[in-house]
This record gives sequence, structure tokens and C-alpha cells, in this order.
Amino acid sequence: MSNTTTERTAGISSGQQPALLETRGLTKEFRGFVAVSDVNLSVQPGTIHGLIGPNGAGKTTCFNLLTKFLQPTRGTIHYNGRNITRMAPADIARLGLIRSFQISAVFASQTVLENVRLALQRERGASFDFWRSEAPLRAYNERAMALLEDVGLAEYATATAGSLPYGRKRALEIATTLAMDPKMMLLDEPTAGMTHADVDHIVELVKRVAQGRTVLMVEHNLKVVEGLCDTITVLTRGRVLAEGPYAEVSRNPEVIAAYLGTDPEQSGAMAHA
Amino acid sequence: MADGSGFSPAPAAAKDVLFGFTLAQLLAFGLMVAFVVISPFILYPVFLMNVLCFALFACAFNLLIGYLGLLSFGHAAFFGMGGYICGHLAKVLGLPPELAIIAGGLVAAALGAGMGWLAIRRTGIYFAMVTLALAQMVYFFCLQAPFTHGEDGIQSIPRGKLLGFFDLSNDFTLYWLVAGIFLAGFLMIHRIVHSPFGQVMKAIRENEPRAISLGYRADDYKLIAFILSAGLAGVAGATKSIVFGIATLNDVHWNMSGEVVLMTLLGGLGTVFGPVVGAAVIITMQNYLAEFGAWVTVMQGGIFVICVLAFRRGIIGEIANFLRVRL
Ligand SMILES: Nc1ncnc2c1ncn2[C@@H]1O[C@H](COP(=O)(O)OP(=O)(O)O)[C@@H](O)[C@H]1O
Ligand SMILES: [Mg+2]
Repeated sequence: MSNTTTERTAGISSGQQPALLETRGLTKEFRGFVAVSDVNLSVQPGTIHGLIGPNGAGKTTCFNLLTKFLQPTRGTIHYNGRNITRMAPADIARLGLIRSFQISAVFASQTVLENVRLALQRERGASFDFWRSEAPLRAYNERAMALLEDVGLAEYATATAGSLPYGRKRALEIATTLAMDPKMMLLDEPTAGMTHADVDHIVELVKRVAQGRTVLMVEHNLKVVEGLCDTITVLTRGRVLAEGPYAEVSRNPEVIAAYLGTDPEQSGAMAHA
Repeated sequence: MADGSGFSPAPAAAKDVLFGFTLAQLLAFGLMVAFVVISPFILYPVFLMNVLCFALFACAFNLLIGYLGLLSFGHAAFFGMGGYICGHLAKVLGLPPELAIIAGGLVAAALGAGMGWLAIRRTGIYFAMVTLALAQMVYFFCLQAPFTHGEDGIQSIPRGKLLGFFDLSNDFTLYWLVAGIFLAGFLMIHRIVHSPFGQVMKAIRENEPRAISLGYRADDYKLIAFILSAGLAGVAGATKSIVFGIATLNDVHWNMSGEVVLMTLLGGLGTVFGPVVGAAVIITMQNYLAEFGAWVTVMQGGIFVICVLAFRRGIIGEIANFLRVRL
């Protein structure tokens, strides 16, 4: 696991590719409270980039800024060489930058199949045709089933999404995100609140679907971060504290202090995690 | 993934049998059509036409609240304006009833485009308040505009001849037109809900941020649904003005906006048949309890309270829940 990580990281630091997603001086203030402060983030194409930091550090706010669910107070966001700072969130999605949410986001009263189909349906445009039957949507059933199979949800296709247990809802979310064939995925705590077995499953899934894509993920479980991420950025109180490969960042004393408090035992745990 | 939790595959959602109807819905639809066809031979046709107009109005309203989660508190504006436009065109310009009704619906839809465009920027209670405020402006416009004749309203609107042939002064003939309009509107709403557009609409209701993150501009869908709902409410109001031969301030008053909320709530929010049943119950009450005067309003208030406290799903919603089907 750590082997592949080092290889990937090595490949990145030697290459001089332009970043796929880049922010400069990104800042968000909520009525005077600075939630994200002067963040310069640079995500290389083809990598899994981890965004870690204690609760309230501003990670979710960062995601909301990157996907334009929030307007930044200052700073710019470039994606794929294009300035997206002033774009609408739905238009960001159309550029292949798709996010998931910290709280599982499925369309609860629709079936599992319909959930995935809603993403595939994007291909036919806006779907404003309110006069047509759902027949044209059936053309997507096969691909939707394939995606569900891929995340182990095929047998639940006709169940309503709301009836799935939590871990499977998150898997459905990933299948729906994948159905958009995203260039880049932003995953906000994909393993939060899961059992051990579920976490392993999601880790495998993320690793697999990250092939040929770029991923930026918020993750609290450091084991998961170590196993998955090529680069990590540590955020505390809205600021970037450190950035680099996991092995390097995890030895940074400032990070150890900020992320785990000053408890030496826990800090040691982080260094050896 | 963790399966040891005793989780068995969830019950499958009921299958669509025909035209997007499940088997239970198809049976209910058959029952409803049978009632529409048989009832004029038993009950007073004008009363039934009134029920059908309000049933369509409530179904149009339900399109927004039931499938997008948008509570409009200004639907009287569309219902009333549809009636005024239709009445004016039929009486002053001598337009045939079918064209006057269509024009009423189109003007209401245009009004809906304007009001919707302003209202969809807000959500929840603020959306309801904006629609109420805008509808009040429409009310004052109707109070002042010359063509609506203020407190008097437009009187003795001619029923005319359908397609220049069927004489609508006969209650029976008019009944079949009204029944046709109701069923067409009902099926149109059903189609909207079961279209590719309807899928996105429901997704927005379930989780708007997620729908946006899949590239759907939620506001566009809300506006289109608002326009469709307003247009159908306008058709309902227009038809009512032909039935009774009058268009008055009553139908643009905010009372009417409240009444359609009550009908839909009583029948069952977001159910296909609930608004129809809710409208039938309320209109029947108003009709047969009219001798109690102001007490009808008190009873309606009581029903509202009972609904909110005890039968949150409404009549049809509770029945559907009991039978474990969608209705
Ligand atoms: N809409 C908002 N209004 C005011 N404060 C907010 C808002 N969203 C987030 N915050 C604050 O910004 C800080 C960062 O929150 P968040 O980005 O959710 O942190 P994280 O995801 O890293 O746990 C928190 O202190 C939070 O209270
Ligand atoms: Mg967060």
C-alpha cells in the first residue's frame, strides 16, 4: 500500500504538470469570522489529494468554495486552466468537477437505479421535456445497472434509496458521482460514521475509481489517508499549515501539535500511523 | 459492507403498469373516472363542475408543493386572473369558450413566469411570503383595473357554444367539457411528474444541493414547474368563470390561496389523488353546510387543525399508508 503511494508521489514531484485545480489567496469570511484564510491549494492531475485538519478547520467550507456553493470573499479558483471563480455551481459540475457531501446525499424517495440514472441523464442535456414519458430514460438502465454492480448495489436497484443502510448510501453516492464520468471528484469525508468493514470497502472503491481521475478528499481516518493519498494538505483554523507527501507531513512537529494536540502519546501515534 | 446487521433487501418500489401509474393508482384512476362519468346523473351538475374546477386547481397547486416542496401562498392570483381574462374575452370580445379558457390559462402562466421568477430566489417560508405579497399586488390590481369591474366583478359571462356547435347553456353539455378539461389537466400533471423533467424535479425536492452538484440548475426547473402550475390553475379559474358566468374578487383573494392549501393538505400532499378528494370534501362542506353561514369557516379551521395534528398524510395519504401502496 505504502509502496504505490511513494511511487505515485515520486512521479509527481519530478513531473512539471500544470495543476488541475489551483486556488490563490482563497478566503471566506462569515460576518467577520474568517473560516478559510488565504489558501493556496494546488491539485495535480491524476493524483489523490487529501485535505485534513481538525473539526472546524474549514475543509467543508473549502469544498463549498471550490464547487461554488459559496462565493469566496477573496481569491481565485482555476480549474483545468480556466478561471471558475464566478461560475454557478451547476455549471461547475458540467465541467466535470463533481462533489459529494459530508452528510450522505441521495435522492431518498427515488429508487437506487433512478438515483444513478439522474446522473447519466445529464448526457441528454437539461431534461426540460415535461411532456415526454420516461421511456427515453430506460436507455440508461443498462449502464446504471453496471455502475451499481461496480459498487455492489445491483440487488438493491429497485429499492428506494432512503431505505438503504448508511454505508450503502455512501456507495450509492459514489456510483452516482461516477455516472457523471467526472474528471475530478471532491469527496467530503466519504468514510465518516462507517463501520470498519464499510471503511475498507469504500477505500478499495475510491482507489479503484480514482484510476484516470483526480480526487480531492477530506478524511479524518489517518490510516485511510496514508493508504490512499499521494499528497496531503493540512488545514487549521482556515490556514494551510503544511503540504506534501503523507510521510513528510506526518513528521512535521507543527502538524502533530495542531492536529492531535500536545499529547505526546497521540503525537507519536500520528508519526507511526 | 456490513451485512450482519440483519438488513434484508429493502422492499422494491411498486412497478409502473401503464402510463406511469402503478396498479393501485390505475384502480384509483378507474374509480375516479367512473365517478366523474356517473355522478352527473345522480348529483347536481353545477355543483360537480365546481368540484372539478377546484380539483384541478388543487392538483396544479400540488405540482409545486408535492413534487418540488415549494409552498405557494399566492395561487389565487392565477386562479382569479384566469377567470377574469376568460370572462372578459368571452363577454366583451365574444370569444368562443374554448379559446377564452385557453387564453385565461396562458395569461395566468405568463403571470406565473413573472411571479415565479421573483419568488424562486427564496426558499421555505420566505418563498410562501413572497408569493403571498405578489398575489396581494395582483389582488389590488384587480380591484382597480377597469376591465374587472371592481367589487361587482364581471357578470353574466356567456357560456357560448363549444367549437361553435355544442350549446353550453345546457348544464349537461357543459359538464362533459368541464370533465374533459379536468381529466386532461389531471393526466397532464401526471405526465409532468413522470417525465424526464419530473425525475429532476423530484431530485430537487429530495436534495437540492445534490441535484445542483450533478449539473442541474435547480432554479430553471422550479420556474418551469411554477409556470406550468400557474397555467393550470388559470385554466381551472377560467373554466369556473364559464360555469358560473361570473368572475369576482373572491377568486383572487388570499382566502382562495389558503383554501387550496387546505384542500391539498386535507387530501394528502404529494399524492396523486389527494388534491381531488380534498377539493371534493371542502366544496361539499361549503355547499351543504352553507346554511350554517360563518360556521363553515370555523369548521374548516377545525379540520385544518385536526389534519395538522392527527392526519398529517391527509385522507388519501393515510389510506395509501394503511394499504402500503402509492396513491
Ligand atoms: N454558513 C456559515 N456561516 C457561519 N459560519 C460558518 C458557516 N459554515 C461554516 N462556518 C464556520 O466555519 C468554520 C469551518 O467550518 P467547516 O468548513 O465546516 O469545517 P470542517 O469541515 O473543517 O470541519 C467553522 O467554525 C464553522 O462554524
Ligand atoms: Mg466538514
